[in-house]
Amino acid sequence: MIERLLANLDTLLLYLFAACAFVSAALMIVLAQPMRVALALISTMVFLGGIYGLLGVHFIAAFQVLIYVGAVMVFMVYAIMLLDVRDPAYQRRYSRYLVPGILAGVAFFAALAWGLAREFADVAEGGPAAGGAFGIQQFAAAFLNEYWLHFELTSVLLVAAVVAALAVINVSRRDRG
Amino acid sequence: MDKTQVLLALAVALFALGMIGVVVRRNVLVMLMCMELMLNGVNLSLVTFAHQAASNVGAVLVFLVFVVAAAEIAIAIPIVLLLVRSKRTLDLASYSDLKG
Repeated sequence: MIERLLANLDTLLLYLFAACAFVSAALMIVLAQPMRVALALISTMVFLGGIYGLLGVHFIAAFQVLIYVGAVMVFMVYAIMLLDVRDPAYQRRYSRYLVPGILAGVAFFAALAWGLAREFADVAEGGPAAGGAFGIQQFAAAFLNEYWLHFELTSVLLVAAVVAALAVINVSRRDRG
Repeated sequence: MDKTQVLLALAVALFALGMIGVVVRRNVLVMLMCMELMLNGVNLSLVTFAHQAASNVGAVLVFLVFVVAAAEIAIAIPIVLLLVRSKRTLDLASYSDLKG
């Protein structure tokens, strides 16, 4: 019993992480306080990082935690702390599109899941061994040999983002002064 | 259901939950976080397909999505702070005069 459990520990952990990620994503819709929503999103991201680690893409797992949780969500949490807690938006959770939104979301999920089930019903598991094609070495070589143009384009995107953020700050200064 | 199908179902569920959150919630910051949830769902599907096909392309795309998410949040948060400064609330309904 115990040996069988230990032999399947990877799969078991994967399902556990998947269930936890789904539950915390569902909590994001339900919880009222933005800080709790942010914590639910952070736990979703950490569980997804665990899934990536179990799939053998360790560098993506590390960057999921570093970039998403460490940078993006910390920024978000700071923004939440900057804002007023007595905001009326904190008490009334849902907009008037509650029922149509949920109906459309469920229909969207059903359509996507139906398409996936039809396309991938006969796909065998047969995945590669962990670490085979996924080492950071192969990834880095492919990244800088074949995809260097995309890499450079991301730097252009980041510069554009910095300029846009500065422009937004300038707009607010002009409004105040 | 094998591992790949479970992960793909989770990716679809995360994307759909994020979409529901963007439509349903009233708070602008919560809507932004739901957009991040949608990006996470896309990332999970990319990693799952890359793992199944043993190719690096999915991992490269995931990195590009990371960068896009960082840029998006770096612009979106100042815009939200600016909106809050002019309207004094995070409620999306009070921004409806921004419609053209």
